[in-house]
Amino acid sequence: MTEHSVHDHYDHEGSKLGMWLFIFTELLFFGGLFIVYAVMRYKNGTAFALAGKELDVFIGTFNTIILLISSATIAMSISSIQMKKKNLTVILLGITLVLAVVFLVNKYFEWGAKIEHGLFPGSETLHQFGHGETLFFGLYYFMTGLHALHIIIGIILITIIMVKVHKGKIHEDRFVQLENTGLYWHLVDIIWIFLFPLFYLIA
Amino acid sequence: MENSEHKIVSFKTYGLILCVLIVFTLSSVYVTHLDFGNLGIVVALSIAALKSVLVFGIFMHLLYDKKMYALMVVGVLLVMTIVLIITFLDYGY
Repeated sequence: MTEHSVHDHYDHEGSKLGMWLFIFTELLFFGGLFIVYAVMRYKNGTAFALAGKELDVFIGTFNTIILLISSATIAMSISSIQMKKKNLTVILLGITLVLAVVFLVNKYFEWGAKIEHGLFPGSETLHQFGHGETLFFGLYYFMTGLHALHIIIGIILITIIMVKVHKGKIHEDRFVQLENTGLYWHLVDIIWIFLFPLFYLIA
Repeated sequence: MENSEHKIVSFKTYGLILCVLIVFTLSSVYVTHLDFGNLGIVVALSIAALKSVLVFGIFMHLLYDKKMYALMVVGVLLVMTIVLIITFLDYGY
């Protein structure tokens, strides 16, 4: 133990454990919504299948693949910082950021098209469709919206981490913040992995 | 120094897992278009579960980290499953 380490509160394992505990609260949070979805679908199976037809499977698939690639690039950035390749880490984080923004832009156009067709909570069109469809789109907007909020938070986190790597504050001996941001981003990915079949593939 | 025990996962591993994940995604789209009715969504959800196992295990390093993390994740998923089952006891008769 050196003089230095006495004042240094860096604890890789502890930080990571804390992040995992946070991820568990997120899993239970979304888990609750998935259970609401399951019950509603059980009670309104036909309406959910019909409403699901309104969603664009192509955009959904495209966005799924984008998120999967971004998950791989942020995972690679952790390997690259361990290999002391600072510039490569910044580039990989940059690619992750661009993919995250592309995902959001797609989501914007997707939501925009739905709203244009009168498919939004409280709309006249949805009112005519009936109870089941209203529930489906209510859940669709709430769950994908909440997911999009997580993407926005992720974009902010990744940007901060990218700057810190660039400035050398995150390096091969001290990268738990990068690792935790990666964990968060994978969580966002996992949630989408389940949202995708439940909303886009049930038609 | 304190991080010297951290395993460095190769880019090749991540690339391979990514390819598998994309193939899984495309096959879940394909399966639901075959018109198997409810079976299609069951298969799609099973594929989603398989994909999440890969993300948890490889991308999130559960396979390489202390067993404690994997155990906790399994515990949380178990709690969710139990709550789901209890909920459906009220609806499914």
